[in-house]
Amino acid sequence: MSFTPDEQAEIRRRQKSRAIVTALVLGGLVVLFYAISIAKML
Amino acid sequence: MASRAYPVTAMAADWRDFLALTKPRVLTLVVFTGLCGLLAAPQAINPVIGFTAILCIALGAGAAGALNQWYEADLDAMMARTADRPLPAGRMDRQSALHFGVGLAVFSVVLMGLAVNVLAATILAVSILFYVMVYTVWLKRRTPQNIVIGGAAGAFPALIGWAAATGRVETLPVLLFALVFLWTPPHFWALALFINSDYARAGVPMLPAVAGQRATRIQIMLYTVPMAAAAVAPWAMGLTGAIYGIGASLLSAVFLLLALRVGFSSESDQAKMKPERRLFAFSILYLFLVFGLIVVDKLVLA
Repeated sequence: MSFTPDEQAEIRRRQKSRAIVTALVLGGLVVLFYAISIAKML
Repeated sequence: MASRAYPVTAMAADWRDFLALTKPRVLTLVVFTGLCGLLAAPQAINPVIGFTAILCIALGAGAAGALNQWYEADLDAMMARTADRPLPAGRMDRQSALHFGVGLAVFSVVLMGLAVNVLAATILAVSILFYVMVYTVWLKRRTPQNIVIGGAAGAFPALIGWAAATGRVETLPVLLFALVFLWTPPHFWALALFINSDYARAGVPMLPAVAGQRATRIQIMLYTVPMAAAAVAPWAMGLTGAIYGIGASLLSAVFLLLALRVGFSSESDQAKMKPERRLFAFSILYLFLVFGLIVVDKLVLA
């Protein structure tokens, strides 16, 4: 399947924004799991 | 399922489309009722564990919404209200929606079980399966009673919130469950009255399309009575104080009044259905206020 330059640019934009959101979600989960571990120890 | 009646994309979906799959507007009510169930419980919960419980409720409800949209993409494509959702609009492929929904569902239940407790995780799993299997797959396309029984799915969050805090299921959260369960029919049928043609076009057997407007109006009035009883019952049974009791009684009286106006209306032009729109709008406010009162009452009593 081939894409026009505009479509390729759109695909890259979506990939980039998804990667950023995924990184933020994973970072949030790391903090959450750390906090849960501490809370469970109390 | 029948042949696809909506476009299919070859592009990867935007993250906003994944967010839209979770039905964020519905989530606000789910999170709020879950939070109220948690805060109304007699036992205090560690704030981190409490936050995790509410997050799991939101993720579980989002997963159920995503799986609902995955299964109903063909229906959504036929209704103006839902045609712009990611799947019918062709902004996402079905497999991505399925993987997202299943992954989110499993994650929310496992996290709830590990971080909060097994009872809350079990009720969360039941609520997701109930919404997807019983409501979406089994009932919605088959019977006009779809939202009556399916309403149970939306009633679980308060029960889950309470179970997260206490590890038990008791009378008050069961009454809150009953309240949301009985609130669902008048809420959705008021909506179905003024968007009836949309559901009819999609072949969804909503009550107005199957039994007619007269029967729907009578059912709205009939369901409002036990709903009001369920709202006032916690006070009558001594489980809450007068702040909740008086507030819930007044709000239920207004709900009943609006339901009576819908019940005795004979307007058939959907554009002129003001009482129906008013009842639908008030029903959302009603649930927010009644659940808010439960928490306020508990805080004041404490």
